[in-house]
Amino acid sequence: MKELIIIVLSAVFVNNVVLSQFMGICPFLGVSKQIKSSIGMGGAVIFVMVCATACTYPVYRLLEKFNITYLRTVAFILVIALFVQLVEIVMKKIMPPLYKALGVYLPLITTNCAVLGVTVSNIDEGYGLVQSLFNALGTGLAFSLALILFSGVRGRIEQSDIPAAFKGVPATLAAASIVSLSFMGFAGLFQ
Amino acid sequence: MADNKSSVSVWKEFTKGLIKENPTLVTLLGMCPTLAVTTMAINGIGMGLATTFVLVCSNLVISLLKNVIPKAVRLPSFIVIIAGFVTLISFILQRYIPSLYSALGVFLTLITVNCIILGRAEAFASKNKVFPSILDGLGMGLGFTLSLFTMGSVREILGSGHWLQTNSWEGITIPFLSTHPMLIFIMPAGGFFVLGCLIAIVNKIANRKPPAEISCDNCPSAAICGKNKEQCERKEDAA
Repeated sequence: MKELIIIVLSAVFVNNVVLSQFMGICPFLGVSKQIKSSIGMGGAVIFVMVCATACTYPVYRLLEKFNITYLRTVAFILVIALFVQLVEIVMKKIMPPLYKALGVYLPLITTNCAVLGVTVSNIDEGYGLVQSLFNALGTGLAFSLALILFSGVRGRIEQSDIPAAFKGVPATLAAASIVSLSFMGFAGLFQ
Repeated sequence: MADNKSSVSVWKEFTKGLIKENPTLVTLLGMCPTLAVTTMAINGIGMGLATTFVLVCSNLVISLLKNVIPKAVRLPSFIVIIAGFVTLISFILQRYIPSLYSALGVFLTLITVNCIILGRAEAFASKNKVFPSILDGLGMGLGFTLSLFTMGSVREILGSGHWLQTNSWEGITIPFLSTHPMLIFIMPAGGFFVLGCLIAIVNKIANRKPPAEISCDNCPSAAICGKNKEQCERKEDAA
């Protein structure tokens, strides 16, 4: 149990997927304009990450059995793309309110490198199924946390007077750098 | 005359990716590898060339198969083609340049979901002939390599006081900076900051109104969410 908590906390704070591993930067910059859309995107990412891990883990074991693990990139991305499509269809049919909240973000997730990244790094780290699921959960939470925190910061940037060349994306990146700096304070939390 | 004109346009396909439509600094695609692997200039070049390889090959195959692939399943097909070439390049690097293979780590696998590649497949290779597609891939790939190299150089020089350092060569030592390196630049925070400054400099030089945000035009996932474009634009308006 203790180990699982450490996996989640270190994924959220120490090795934050966006701010220290640089995965999922595109949605981080694209969707973090409003707190509401950040929460939606974060929720969709947590959901897809955990479920995609639950799908890719058995797939990898299967590949291992036939000794064709080099196909994992191809297999994983197909599983993720398929899964996202499936979730979209099922959600639309069964849970319309949830679809309304998360649906717009779902197609964007296939190319979110954090999802493929977390499934691949679970394998590389040699995690078992339960550990992988918790790592996926932690990574998803880390992504949401970064997105939600940063949407607050961005609200302030929009109102301030910045040099013309820095307006827009450059200022956003500079602010991201400061947020990332603050997360460095968590380094060394766990050994 | 016609020949002359076509050769000019072919040349244009190649050069547009280098500066005018530079994927990282102008259209803001492929940010994740740009930030992650550029702690050293040499890793930037390695990542850029690996991506160029995948981009040229996938553009070639996709433009050959553009009439065979049904429209409804084109994106999964593109992704599988791209993932195949990514597997190939990671085999090649693992065998011949193991140091680069381990330096790039998981980001080598993540070339699969690099928005530049899928974006070019969707926007160019699936609509154009083979030869222009190859040139487009080559230009975009080299433009990506160029910006990765620039960014890697800035971060390496300021952050470690060396330039072009490799496993076997110490690189060019910068006086003063090598004894007093500004470590912040090779940390994640420095990556964000340097990229922000580079984009601002490009904006300033080009005297261009900077993109206020990643809109649908250069949204990394526009290729995937084509059907949701209307929704997406409405969302942008509301925001």
